[in-house]
Amino acid sequence: MKWLFTLPAVLFVLVMMVFPIVYTFRLSFFEWSMSSVTPPKWVFLDNYIALFKDVRFVHAIGRTFYFTVAALTIETILGVAIALLFHREFIGKNIIKTLFLLPMVATPVAMGLVWLLMLEPTIGLANQVLALFNIPPQEWLASPAQVIPSLILIDVWEWTPMISLIVVAGLSAMPKEPYEAAVVDGASQWQNIWHVTLPLVRPTIMVAVMLRLIDALKTFDIIYATTQGGPGFASETLNIYGYVLGFQYFRLGAASSMLMMFFALIMGCTIALIWMRKRLEV
Amino acid sequence: MKTNFWKQSIHWFCVLIIIAAFSFPFVWMLLSSMKNQLQITSGKLFDLTWSLSNYRDVFMQYNFLHFIVNSLIVAFGSTLGSLVLGLPAAYAIARYKMQGLGLVILAARIVPGISFVIPWFILFTQMKLIGTYTALILSHMLVGLPFVTWIMISFIETIPSELEEAAVVDGCSQAGAFTRIVLPLSGPGIMTSSILSFIFSWNNFMFSLVLAGDRTKTLPLAIFNFMSYSEINWGGLMAAACIITVPVLVIALFVQRYIVSGMAAGALKG
Repeated sequence: MKWLFTLPAVLFVLVMMVFPIVYTFRLSFFEWSMSSVTPPKWVFLDNYIALFKDVRFVHAIGRTFYFTVAALTIETILGVAIALLFHREFIGKNIIKTLFLLPMVATPVAMGLVWLLMLEPTIGLANQVLALFNIPPQEWLASPAQVIPSLILIDVWEWTPMISLIVVAGLSAMPKEPYEAAVVDGASQWQNIWHVTLPLVRPTIMVAVMLRLIDALKTFDIIYATTQGGPGFASETLNIYGYVLGFQYFRLGAASSMLMMFFALIMGCTIALIWMRKRLEV
Repeated sequence: MKTNFWKQSIHWFCVLIIIAAFSFPFVWMLLSSMKNQLQITSGKLFDLTWSLSNYRDVFMQYNFLHFIVNSLIVAFGSTLGSLVLGLPAAYAIARYKMQGLGLVILAARIVPGISFVIPWFILFTQMKLIGTYTALILSHMLVGLPFVTWIMISFIETIPSELEEAAVVDGCSQAGAFTRIVLPLSGPGIMTSSILSFIFSWNNFMFSLVLAGDRTKTLPLAIFNFMSYSEINWGGLMAAACIITVPVLVIALFVQRYIVSGMAAGALKG
């Protein structure tokens, strides 16, 4: 009986997820451009060998990690700081918390385009604000050097709220006694935060970081909406490169081998994180 | 007492600055959506003549009503599908402690979506399903199903199982106990998970980018296509961005307390 209840969902996941991954794995040993005249050609490991010689792929790996690590670091520090600020009682707390939630539910493509306008080099608001401080206009998303930091800015705007709100939830579930004890022992407010609050809330922070890490590695919408991987290939992360190989060049075999590497990378990160979390909690 | 007042004021001030910074893109989107191209490109920050003509253009010229309908069909369809598959699964996983199976369904949230997009594209093309609502709904269900399942597992675990046991003793079948007792008691959980599943389908870009056709384009694709014109119509683009995001923001205001726990579902307990 219990299998009957789960059967439809399990079948769906098998057909829509497990089977496609197996299919992608098989396709990664072929060369095919989806033409009906030329069937897929067996090339065995050639796609993988070509991949590691491909500069664009190697750069995409570096970029993906650069983006993820930088965005995640800023989001965690800022997110926890804001959570501590929101943890106190103040007037209008609920309204503030609700407003703070909006960046993460708003449609990413639409908000990416709003940021594209704000960061536009000639008409954008960002450069006009800089001009008030006599700072020369920047290229933002249009410059190869600044495009990733600009995307990190957008990602920080979009996802810091998630870290904050998870940590706020963790903070409000915390017991009061350790604080009272610390205050009795003469701890200052900063000592309290540093030595009592943060260690207690660390598991919650870990969970928030884990969730964010898995999603940040896969960031697609804001990058594709604003730059499509450009200028040049300057913001081409693994997810974007996989899409370009598959659906702009139609090199399905090459794209498949790349996606298998990407898949392995995400699974590796996830497993490493779960393992780290178990070790830290014991 | 005096220092306390100052402390509170400073705290309030910090909170306000943060909220202002994080809300600003929404304010700018709204303001820009009511300016014409010249006002935007001339770079005057706060020009005080507003007009709604961009909104009219978005509906008349760019046919946005059609894309809204497409997005609604796909979002409702995939939410319904996720509920039909996810509710019984969540019930069985919660009652029979099938945690492993729960993890398999949760994997759909971890695995990068792009790793199954290529086979979908090939197979849907061969099945002549490419560009249909069916293909879009099926793909969006893969996003909705993990949410529905995980939110409902923790919700059903809070419903005491004695009620169903009593019903089974009285001769009710297991399926009957599920539809007559568990489902009616799951209202709030079903609401939350449906809303999240709806929002995620509404916002989804990548799956629609690959699988949608000209007739079935959803809103994120429609707004992205604004970029393909030689000169970007910024005012229209911002009006379109408002039309897409405002419904989601309004929904979020009503269910805010469930959203964070819903998005972190599974991870917070597993």
